[in-house]
Amino acid sequence: MASNNTPGGGMFDNLPQVPENGVYMDNNATTKVAPEVVEAMLPYLTEQFGNPSSMHSFGAHAGHAVSVARQQVATLLGARTTNEIVFTGGGSESDNLGIVGTLRAFPERKHLITTAVEHPAVIGLVRELAKHQGYDATFLSVTGEGLIDLDELRQALRHDTAVVSVMAANNETGIVFDVEQIGRMVKEHSEAVFHVDAVQAAGKLPLNMQESTVDLLSISGHKLHGPKGVGALYVRQGTRLRPLIVGGHQERGRRAGTENVASCVALGTACELAGSMLEHENTEVRVLRNRLEERLLMSVEDCHRNGAAEPRLPNTTNISFRFIEGEGILLLLDRAGIAASSGSACTSGSLEPSHVLKAMGVPFTSAHGSIRFSLSRYNTVEEIDYVCAVLPRIVERLRAITPFNEQRATF
Amino acid sequence: MWNYSDKVYEHFMNPKNVGEVPDADGVGEVGSMACGDALRLSFKLDDEGKILDAKFQTFGCGSAIASSSVLTEMIKGKTLEEAAKITNELIAEELGGLPREKMHCSVMGREALEAAMIDYYQKQGRELPCHLLSESVIICHCFQVNKDTIREAILTNHLEEIEDVTNFTKAGGGCTDCHHDIEELLRDCWHELEEQGVSRKDQAPRPAPAPVPERSPEEQRLDKIKVILEQDIGVALRNDGGDIELIRVDGHQVYVRLTGTCAACPSSQATIKGYVEAQLREHIGENIEVIEVKS
Repeated sequence: MASNNTPGGGMFDNLPQVPENGVYMDNNATTKVAPEVVEAMLPYLTEQFGNPSSMHSFGAHAGHAVSVARQQVATLLGARTTNEIVFTGGGSESDNLGIVGTLRAFPERKHLITTAVEHPAVIGLVRELAKHQGYDATFLSVTGEGLIDLDELRQALRHDTAVVSVMAANNETGIVFDVEQIGRMVKEHSEAVFHVDAVQAAGKLPLNMQESTVDLLSISGHKLHGPKGVGALYVRQGTRLRPLIVGGHQERGRRAGTENVASCVALGTACELAGSMLEHENTEVRVLRNRLEERLLMSVEDCHRNGAAEPRLPNTTNISFRFIEGEGILLLLDRAGIAASSGSACTSGSLEPSHVLKAMGVPFTSAHGSIRFSLSRYNTVEEIDYVCAVLPRIVERLRAITPFNEQRATF
Repeated sequence: MWNYSDKVYEHFMNPKNVGEVPDADGVGEVGSMACGDALRLSFKLDDEGKILDAKFQTFGCGSAIASSSVLTEMIKGKTLEEAAKITNELIAEELGGLPREKMHCSVMGREALEAAMIDYYQKQGRELPCHLLSESVIICHCFQVNKDTIREAILTNHLEEIEDVTNFTKAGGGCTDCHHDIEELLRDCWHELEEQGVSRKDQAPRPAPAPVPERSPEEQRLDKIKVILEQDIGVALRNDGGDIELIRVDGHQVYVRLTGTCAACPSSQATIKGYVEAQLREHIGENIEVIEVKS
């Protein structure tokens, strides 16, 4: 973390005041837990400690809290009944339950379809199933804008396709897939179960499962101002699904284990808040994001946005700064109190840059210098302007070190 | 977040010797933008053949910039022969250590230094010193890492796993096709290292096996009874389709059970007293009494 060293070369001289608690613009990685959420969950970590399964009033209090939370989640997703909501230990578990639970329910089907730009929770799982568990997997390609081709999907669908899993919105670029169009294609041409990873979309895009082709849908608590370690899987009534965690009767036999009552309450509260802030995300936050993106693209040379402008999450922008490398940018941003992330290889410890940018055909030379800013309802216009003042200096500073200035001149 | 040392931060925030030396005597360039890091190192010698000035330009992460910066500081004032002794390990050490996944940044520094020295000797029309002679084959095609680089990283840093080799040289971090070759290099290098008396970290001397507790005289006597019953007596009885099993030993009394044909044999008492007891008295002691336990 930042120490008290004065940043070198006076690069941060005469900047606007650093906002007091720093500028957090990495909300696609995780979000600040909303104070209302903390307040709602706290009693269930202290005096309301009952087990919902117990036959006494301690248990009844806890059980009631979980059912209220389940209703709150169902409302955000537009589910028909609360029976369709399964609480899980997070987004990755929801994805695993949705995909593996379907494969177990249809053991004769050996084929899966997903896209080349999924979150590791899905793409890593599907690769594992294909590599070690005898399944056949199709990874749909994406265009330079980050969108899939429906014809490719139709050709990939087979009579033994068990599940088609696509994300509603991409965590790195914010690109939004037309889930309903994909779902109609899946339902028209196959028997496959349709799973959607809506971890990034929930709370940023309207969801209505009652009028949807989606069978299974994953969400995560900590991406919508809830705590880590809790999520949910929407399971359309009548969808066959085998559990991953077997034991007690909890979650109607689809996820054994005593309910994480406090976290369920937190997720419910976070979902209710997200529902009430949905319009704000799509107006105010979008305006802030656009201001940030437009200013950076205007004021910095040799940079470009990765992926289409629309359809896109209102909070996300992914920009590549050519001739410099992402980790250096992040370290200097951090020194200036700004948190963002990068698709650069160096930031992850792997040696290859982001698989999402790679699938979109972004050349490695740009992918290494990609920076993602993901905003939240807690960001302000002052913060945007602060970032717009700092970043050009950082880019300039790193470009002064790069050996590629000759290439830059001829670019 | 990487756990970088203060020195890494210092060299990253305030890099020394950025740029290119005018009229450089040697220039070395390694890496590429596609690989994620690249370094151009240039130096100029003074009249005594010492490095008068050195500068760098780097495309890469914080530790790549810091490694380059510290390297230029380290080589200044040194002769080429002295500078040639700067290994990647020394670069990392000078920085107060690097995260293991970032060791390849120090290797890049070492490689750029070699490349710049080769450039110098070639410009001078001089023969390359033997340590710079290399027509090494490329092992990792994704990151263009040659055999010598991998060998040197293994031998200098005592790397034991493919993952270590990847952390230090990037080799093997892409398609993984070269993992087999890297494994072979690891085997060869460790053969050499072990001959030099280097031992692997994961083969730290094993704790000596727990000593077998000494048997008490009673236990030794019991062992002996077991051996006689099983081997001498048992073999004889089994020849007749019978057998004997030891139930327990209680002081001088040895309880046994006859099985097989012996169990139903009318002369079993004779067997017990006349043969079994006689044998045990002979080998163990005169006071032994053998008692038959009927099943």
